[in-house]
Parts: sequence; C-alpha cells; structure tokens
Amino acid sequence: MKQQTKKQRLKNVLPWNAKDHINQSVRDMPPSGIRKFFDLVSEMKGAISLGVGEPDFVTPWHVREACIYSLELGNTHYTSNKGMLELREAICQEVSRDMGIDFDCNEEILITTGVSEAVDLAFRATLNPGEEAVVPEPCYVAYTPDIILAGGVPKTVPTRLENEFRVQAEDVARRVTEKTRSLLLSYPNNPTGAIMTRSDLEDLADVVVENDLIVISDEVYAELTYSKSHISFAQLEGMKERTLILNGLSKSHAMTGWRIGYAMGDPALVGAMTKIHQYTMLCAPTMAQVAALEAMQSGKDEMLHMRHEYDLRRRLFVSGLNRIGLDCFEPKGAFYAFPSVQRFGLSSEEFAERLLYEQKVAVVPGNVFGESGEGFLRCSYATSREELIEALDRMEIFIKSL
Amino acid sequence: MHEILEILYENAKATPSEIAALLGKSEEEVAREIKEMEDAGIIRKYITLINWEKLDQSVVFAVLELKVALQRKTGYDAVAERIARFSEVESVRLISGGHDLSVTVRGKSMKDIAYFVAEKIAPLDGVQSTCTHFILKSYKEHGAILTEQPKPERLVITP
Repeated sequence: MKQQTKKQRLKNVLPWNAKDHINQSVRDMPPSGIRKFFDLVSEMKGAISLGVGEPDFVTPWHVREACIYSLELGNTHYTSNKGMLELREAICQEVSRDMGIDFDCNEEILITTGVSEAVDLAFRATLNPGEEAVVPEPCYVAYTPDIILAGGVPKTVPTRLENEFRVQAEDVARRVTEKTRSLLLSYPNNPTGAIMTRSDLEDLADVVVENDLIVISDEVYAELTYSKSHISFAQLEGMKERTLILNGLSKSHAMTGWRIGYAMGDPALVGAMTKIHQYTMLCAPTMAQVAALEAMQSGKDEMLHMRHEYDLRRRLFVSGLNRIGLDCFEPKGAFYAFPSVQRFGLSSEEFAERLLYEQKVAVVPGNVFGESGEGFLRCSYATSREELIEALDRMEIFIKSL
Repeated sequence: MHEILEILYENAKATPSEIAALLGKSEEEVAREIKEMEDAGIIRKYITLINWEKLDQSVVFAVLELKVALQRKTGYDAVAERIARFSEVESVRLISGGHDLSVTVRGKSMKDIAYFVAEKIAPLDGVQSTCTHFILKSYKEHGAILTEQPKPERLVITP
C-alpha cells in the first residue's frame, strides 16, 4: 500500500533538470563579453595579447621569499576575520602618510580576498532589495553583476571622450532617484585610463551630499598614475565618512594571484561588511596576508620601479597609437590606452575581431565595459616593450588595409 | 640615475628613436644627450652580455684577490693602473675588507690564467700576495639571470 503511494507520487514528478534549480538573478545574468574574446584568442597561435588586465611583472622576489619563509615556520592557520593586525596597521599608516586620512586599524579597515570581494561586500552591506547604485561606464565588468546579486538595481551613467572619461556630476544627478543609495567610482579607471580631478570630485560631492549617498570608491590603480597623483573622494573635506575606499595590492605590487584587498571607511559600514565576510570568507588567505605585509613594509622601491616602466611604455604606446592613426587621448592612470575606432566605420567588436584574425593582435572591444565604451578599444600596455612595438607594427598594417 | 642611461644600462642597443618614444622627447634631443655623455666619458663602452655556458669554446674567468703595499705618493693607483693595462684583465677594483684589489681575469684555460698570475701579476712591485678564485658557474650577470627558467604564464585575456 505504502509502496504504491510512493509510485503514484513519483509518477507526477517532473524529470530532473539542474537548470530549474538555478537562482533567477544568476540564470538571467549574461556571460561576460570578455569570455568570448578569451576563447577566440586562446585558440590563436602567435597572437600578441594587449588584452591582459594584470601586470606582466612577477611579484617581487622579496615578497615571495617572505611568504615561503612564513610557510616554513608553519603559519598556516586562520587570522582574525578582519585580517592580521600588523597588515591593517601597515596599510593604515601608509594611507595616513600618502593621503592624509587617518583610519583606525581596529574599526575602520577589513582585509578582503582581493578587491573583488570588497566590491561584492560593499554592495551587499549597503543595498536593500530594489535599491539603486549608480555606476559610471565604461568600467570594470564586475560592478553591475555584483549589484544585481546583492538584490540592487544598477543605474549606469555614460562617460565620454570629450571629458576624457571623467564622470560628470550632472550626469550622475540625472540618474539619482529616491531609491539611490550609492555611487560607485573607479578611478584611475579600467578600461579608459582616466583619472579624476579635484574639481570633478567636488562637483560630485554636492550631488552625493544632497542625495545622502555612500561613495564606493574602487582605487585599485591608485598608485599607478603618471605625472599627477591620484586623489580620492575621501580626501575631500567631510567626505571621509561617506566613502568606502576599496584598494589592494594586485596592480601596484604585481600581486594579482594572491587575492589581497581591503576596505576602509566608517566603522558601521566596515563592520557590516565584516559581518558578511566572517560568514562567507572567514579571513583572507593567511600566506597571502603575510606576503602583503612584506610588500607594504618594504615594497615601495620595486613598486616605483614598475610604475616607472609602465610610464615609459605608456609614452611609447600612446604616441605610437596616434602615429598609426588610432586616435587616443592621454591616459593618466592604470595601464590601459583607450583609442577610438569610430572613424573606420566598424564596431569595436568587428574591429577587434578582424585585428585578431588578420594581424594576430588581441585587444578588448570597449563595449564589453559598457555601452559608452562602444567605438573604443581597451589596449593594455602591461606587456613588454618589444611586444608593444610589434603590436603597433601589426596594427598599422591592419589599419592601412581598411 | 639619468633616464637615458637607465634605458641604455638595460639595453645598449636601444636607438635614439626608441629612447625618444619611451621618454616623450625628440630623437635629436636624445641623440645629442647621448653624444654629450659619450664625449664626457660617462658612457664608456657599449657591451654585449654573453652566456658563455652556451658556447663550445672554453673561456675561463677568475677573480684574483691581491694584497698590495701602499705607495707613499700614489697609494694603490700606480699598481692598479699597471695591472689594468694587461689585456687579460677585465676589471680592477679597489675593495674594502681583507684584500686590497679585486681583479677579474679572462683566459682560455685555468692553466693559462694560473701562468698569467704567476708570471705577470705576482711578481709586480707592490703586490704582496695573490689568491686566485676560478669562476665555475655564473648564475646572474649584469642583472640578467643566466640559468634557464620557465616563464610564468598569464591568461591571454582578463578583465
């Protein structure tokens, strides 16, 4: 009798389909546009890739060596949720020295597993379902998905070449509603290489205060500016409390694979992020924190050396792009050039695909980073001088063939 | 360091036009500055770093440590300059520590170098003692690691 009931019950059950068990936001999320290009380039032999968003330098040896030594001593346990105290102290000291902002190393900083985690935590800790975050584009590909995964609604704002891709306060103001909670800033910018000026930020501050917003400021390229220092929104008078500074060692110290980032800001905001972090991550990897501490304490010279090399390549590459007919404004930060392809009558994607197939140079089409990136290409100059020169030669041949 | 020198220090083959592109200067300006530094003796020579291990023909290097008697008027200079004139000698340096001069010598064989030291260097007036260290293997020269190492891989496209 019992068995029969079971059989009858199972008869009406739908066949198993794992796809029916995926969260709706995740299911509806389009795959990153960068993925398609990755697959195309991976199959191509002899291609020069200007599509890499990380330093070509290996982490300096003294940093790797400090990590190896720490492993030999057996330091393989968890750290505090917030991260090692020495590392938090070292970062707070440097931020105090370089930016003139004091953060309490016990209450106002959290060490995260890369800046990526910090971005995710920042949105999850501050957005209620249906609330909005404003995101200037073109930008790094993770912000909008992170907002959606946090239950929020991304409101993108285009930035334009005429302003050298600095986000304008009036464009932000136009997108703010009563549901808007935060404004994301990511300068120096990936993919454009743009940096903000103090007066741009001051204009934004008015919009931020009027609408009672939090600024989530991804400053992972802060150390990589040329000719002019980076300025953070938190450095404006009275704006420290409203800003979450997100930064890490990936780009400045060539430490992408270590996954060390941090968030700094008001104790209530950092505390809320720490709450999520303690349940989802527990702590950033201990061995990577040890390496990060070494980099913070004695990595300045190597960092400056790498920045100098990027600056040389930047001049070489940007002047080269303009020479061969790919118009490019001067990028003042990060390690990207963002030339325009509009005059060729091809979309970013068509241009990038044909350049790859015909001359084996891989760049990333600008539309991958948002609609306002259409008509541009992201070219990373975090690759050797020889490759940059060779890439320019091949691009010149391609352009002449158009 | 001077920014042009820094580039040439790493790559003696860098041309004025390449250097100009890196520094945002004009080619003429760079060429003129290089010429000035050559004339002033700041740039002394353009060299090629050779990985001798990869060649069949035998080349032997040795580092000599010399104790030298200080001369009343010329200090170490007279004997150091005398040693420097031998074509076998690649470098001569005054050093701190237990010895006075460090001399690098190049020869075809260990025997070659041993005879050279015994016949030419040791008998010199002022040279009190010599100690010859033959170089067995070179791991790094002029900032370049010579042992083969696989290049770490990066993903070809990343956001």
